[in-house]
Amino acid sequence: MKSMSEQSTSKEVVITNPQGLHARPAHAFVTLASQFESQIEVIKSDESVNGKSILSILTLGASQGTKLQIRASGIDAAEAVIALTELVEQGFDEVETEAS
Amino acid sequence: MKFNDFVCTSAICADLQADEKEAVIAELVASLVESGQVSADDRDSIVQAIMKREELGSTGIGKGVAVPHTKHPSVDRLVGTVGVSAEGVDFNSLDGEKVLLFFMLLSPPDRPGDHLRALESISKQLRDDTFCKFLKQTKTAEDIQLLLEEADNNQFVS
Repeated sequence: MKSMSEQSTSKEVVITNPQGLHARPAHAFVTLASQFESQIEVIKSDESVNGKSILSILTLGASQGTKLQIRASGIDAAEAVIALTELVEQGFDEVETEAS
Repeated sequence: MKFNDFVCTSAICADLQADEKEAVIAELVASLVESGQVSADDRDSIVQAIMKREELGSTGIGKGVAVPHTKHPSVDRLVGTVGVSAEGVDFNSLDGEKVLLFFMLLSPPDRPGDHLRALESISKQLRDDTFCKFLKQTKTAEDIQLLLEEADNNQFVS
């Protein structure tokens, strides 16, 4: 039986920024994910990758409109999912710049 | 997307000489100029655009790999090259490690999808330790080209 501290939670998000989940947003995601103790997974259809690894997240090639599932397991799972969902939904605070 | 779709084989650098960030970027851009992928007139502007992107956060994504890139109006399709440094270059990587493998990407301003698919291909291959190990050990541009071909033929990723 799982104890109360071993909670697991997940939420579906859609990539909203036009450039998709490229290097800089992946960095932002991993930086935020790494602040939590929980294990973080990012799932695209049947592919699941480590949410604390930029290299892993880039393998998803998630473009604008892609649906992803963010899953966290651990003591701060709920907070992690809320924070990461917010980051994705606000488009990683990305503005159109020359260099992206 | 395959390496063959964006890596210009004649611009591959098997033995990068530069030992600091801007110099290694300039060396990779110079090889794209020499191979005729971009015009010499655009060289400085491309190097500056890539450096500007690096200021937003290093593209040294860890495991000794960097993907310096920019959008640039001088290209009308995704153009890239690969470089290997035997000594490694301090690239302010996210994990603090020196960078040995460089994948440089120049995209036309209006094609974010191609850039994303190239990053996807590169990162999928780099997840394979054998591929990384072999690439770091390559000594000639021909070896790199062969390795990329093998990767394109799915000989590393199951």
